Amino acid sequence: MHNQPAPIHFWRWFDPRSHKPGTWAFILNRITALGLTLYLAMHLVALSQLAMGPAAYDNFIQLAKTPVIKLGELLVISAGMIHGLNGIRIALTSFGIGVRIQKQLFAGLMVLVLAGILIFAFSMFGGA
Amino acid sequence: MSGIRWNITLMVSRQQTDGPRTFQSFTLDVDPEEFVLDAIERVWAFQDRSLCFRHACHHSTCGACGMLVNGTEKLTCITPIKSVTQNDAVLKIEPLRNFPVVSDLVVDMGQFYLHMDAARASQVVGLAEACLPFEKEPFESKGKKFERLVDCIECGCCVSACPAAHTSSSYLGPAVLAGIQQSNNQTADINLLEMADHQDGVWRCHSAYECSAVCPSNVDPAWRIMDLRKKIVVHRLKNLFRRKETIQHA
Repeated sequence: MHNQPAPIHFWRWFDPRSHKPGTWAFILNRITALGLTLYLAMHLVALSQLAMGPAAYDNFIQLAKTPVIKLGELLVISAGMIHGLNGIRIALTSFGIGVRIQKQLFAGLMVLVLAGILIFAFSMFGGA
Repeated sequence: MSGIRWNITLMVSRQQTDGPRTFQSFTLDVDPEEFVLDAIERVWAFQDRSLCFRHACHHSTCGACGMLVNGTEKLTCITPIKSVTQNDAVLKIEPLRNFPVVSDLVVDMGQFYLHMDAARASQVVGLAEACLPFEKEPFESKGKKFERLVDCIECGCCVSACPAAHTSSSYLGPAVLAGIQQSNNQTADINLLEMADHQDGVWRCHSAYECSAVCPSNVDPAWRIMDLRKKIVVHRLKNLFRRKETIQHA
């Protein structure tokens, strides 16, 4: 059974060895999707602080201003940009647009993501 | 041959059906210009006659010798040793993924061939139809009708490399979907579109493009899958309007 398709083999999705950019994009999309889902859950938990009174909320806001949390926020922004822009690439290629340049599209969009991350990082940490 | 000699270690997967997989090492003196299949054959001929592997034509026509070479799907008869390893290094040979192992490097491709058959994938088509639309025809037909073999040699490399096929045994897979696309191009048979229009058909593809990356025969299954999606969407839209017309007339 080791060699046959099975849902338990989902870990192979995340194995980048011997694979090409199309698979790296596939892996990035899955990792960022999991990260964003986890963030959504954490975000809802954090918002629930609002219901516990002004003091609890103020404490949470203080925590949110710490560098570790800000770094986490930068990761969320990065994941959102990677997932969103790569999603546009997949939507286009899924209907035959740019299939033959999908690798270049991926590289170009990731350059945009990198630029976006740098801009956000500067605005979040540059003035600190 | 180059006259250069390399010393390589072939780590070959050994396995009986559902039994545990082990790796057996064989040391070989090879010419780096030789092909991976030559090395495997030499192991079988001079070191271990019990080694099971498939091969036939030795020139990428039969598609029998697809294997995993250092983790990547290769047609071993056209893969030079120098392109996948170096002197004093290891060459890891495993059976294709996503197929049941019969023995060692031999996998059971029965179900795959049945699906190819159902897709009515032709072996011989007109010269123009055999080419992808963005390819130039290999020579000018000058009004004459030429035929040639289709590119797909049914080696199964694309199925082995596809991440969606790792987890779904019911997925038709890249080669079958490419076969459906090519058959539909020839026949315009809408039944073929319906064969691919379900969750284990074109919609299971997650756009990793690994099938086209490993295809040794210029089929470009990923491009064909995307083209098939377009055709299916157009077919669905046409059906939608046809139904509306029918209702209005009624």
